[in-house]
Amino acid sequence: MAGHAAPTTVTAARRRSSDPTSPPTALEARRPRRWTLGRTVAFIVSIGFGVLFMYPFAWLLAASLKGRGQVFDNSLWPSPAHWSNYVEVWTQLPLVHWLFNSLSIALLAATTVAISSSVVAFGFAYFRFPGRGFLFGLVLATMMLPGAVTMVPTYLIWKYTGFLGTWVPLFGMNLFGSAFYIFLQRQFFLGLPRELFEAARIDGASYWGLFWRIAMPLSIPSFIIIFLFEFQASWNNLQAALIYLNAGQVSQFTAPLGIAYAMTRYSPTNGGQGDYQFVMVAALLVTLPMLALFAFGQRYFIEGVATQGRKG
Amino acid sequence: MAQVSTRSAPKKERAPRPPRGRKVTYNRREALAGYLFISPWIIGFLIFTAGTMIYSLIISFSHYNLATNVATPAGLSNYTELFADRRVRLSLSNTLFYAVLAVPLEICFALLLASLLNRIVRGAGVFRTVYYLPKMTPAVATAAVFFLLLNGNTGAVNQGLRLIGIHGPQWLVDPNWVKPSIVLMTLWAVSGTMVIFLAALKNVPRELYEVASLDGAGPVRQFYNITLPMISSAIFFNVIVLSIAAFQVFDQAYLLFWRDQNNASPEASLFYAVYLFQQAFRQFNFGFAAAMAWLLFVIIMIITSIQVRFGNRFVYYEGNK
Repeated sequence: MAGHAAPTTVTAARRRSSDPTSPPTALEARRPRRWTLGRTVAFIVSIGFGVLFMYPFAWLLAASLKGRGQVFDNSLWPSPAHWSNYVEVWTQLPLVHWLFNSLSIALLAATTVAISSSVVAFGFAYFRFPGRGFLFGLVLATMMLPGAVTMVPTYLIWKYTGFLGTWVPLFGMNLFGSAFYIFLQRQFFLGLPRELFEAARIDGASYWGLFWRIAMPLSIPSFIIIFLFEFQASWNNLQAALIYLNAGQVSQFTAPLGIAYAMTRYSPTNGGQGDYQFVMVAALLVTLPMLALFAFGQRYFIEGVATQGRKG
Repeated sequence: MAQVSTRSAPKKERAPRPPRGRKVTYNRREALAGYLFISPWIIGFLIFTAGTMIYSLIISFSHYNLATNVATPAGLSNYTELFADRRVRLSLSNTLFYAVLAVPLEICFALLLASLLNRIVRGAGVFRTVYYLPKMTPAVATAAVFFLLLNGNTGAVNQGLRLIGIHGPQWLVDPNWVKPSIVLMTLWAVSGTMVIFLAALKNVPRELYEVASLDGAGPVRQFYNITLPMISSAIFFNVIVLSIAAFQVFDQAYLLFWRDQNNASPEASLFYAVYLFQQAFRQFNFGFAAAMAWLLFVIIMIITSIQVRFGNRFVYYEGNK
């Protein structure tokens, strides 16, 4: 299935993506659908699930405004509302540092992997060279490898090169491209008409020029997909931060590591006072950038996930 | 594509413009440029994939001393220890139990949500956004919130259950409910799977349903005889991806149970990835951890290949592929 459908799908998605409300497709436009009993029931059940999905967010928002010990009253309307939590949290926890660290690492990780994967993908998509099929198969095969297998040696590599405790282990591997992103970007490049490149060659463009001046500007949509996916993955990455930053100072933590630290620090079993409202403020502040990212790039996320499904 | 097989050059995949019926001659400048473009990946592969794999294999047969950076050969001792270690078996059975519980539930729930959204006339986009937001929430934030929501005595989940007359369990304390708790968090963020199903459902030609209902097939028949076969490749893909993910579950278990080294946690929450992490970066038993990682790799490979073999019998591919 992927064989014949894949090269055209991304371009098709690009055409469709000019319409931001993506779900109603051409099919539905042709055939107007009416409300039936079944559809009404589906609508009501969907609202029910929507409430369930949203409840933890509402609860989190409310809990972040409560006083000590109040988080367990489960009221969605905190009274009185402790707006001061949002002021005090900055002195309670080095949140500024955590957010700054996470933001910087995520930007570095997403930018490097999007550029490096695009370069590699263009190599696989445009050029003909011996062993290309085999090497691309190898790219896809690396997706099967569990991270645990390479975890210890990777740590040792960063130890030998003296990068422990820095940001480098958290994005350094992204300089070399990443399998799924290479796959995604290659699919996109294969959808571009080859005549475009032939014409540019005749006009004297270099190979790098083909990539940088023609392929890249045209592939901005899939570039954004890669950027957003990696930004999210890096922002949420707890394990790498645990391995590489946990031994350092608290102010050098990333946001996920910081929240893990805060959960332990305020836990009553650890001598804390149960000030979970600060953990909730921190959790909310770590979540908000992701929700903003989704608000900005919803169609890229959906398209990216759907592409993952199609490759199977 | 038939003519491709007549070429005598090294076997290649489908090129965008396959040369027709003659021997492939590579342009040397072009080939060189191609290698240059993919060189970042080649370097990364040699160091961070092939290199680390070989290194990991060597470490798994050694005792690694972190202070001196010396790996002394230890033969099979890490592997014999591995199979003798009670906690390896425990974490493995915990993980297996979790996977068997989580994957089918995720598949069914995601499919249910996707079919709901597929039926809705208006506002499906809004619902999709709402359903997707949990997926955007960082695992740490999810764990922090559910840590309080699932509190056995005062948590909102049990309060809600009390409203409908159910006495909720001690979610995060009772060993029997530890894994269902994590499944609950996973289900809350199931929307990635749902989006894949939704895309597959939209690809099912509507004519099939029309013909079927003319023939008198009810909604249940239609679901089993049309929908399921038509989206079987999406189900197959999701089962494989979710199983691999279930075997590596780490974040929630670590945050809820193993973040604090001073506190005892129910052993039911010791997942394989958590124990591996502890061995590697708390105990610094690198050899043992590497051996554990290879065992995990073998197990994942076996399960995936069983699924592939089993799945190929049921998956319907369009165009007799």
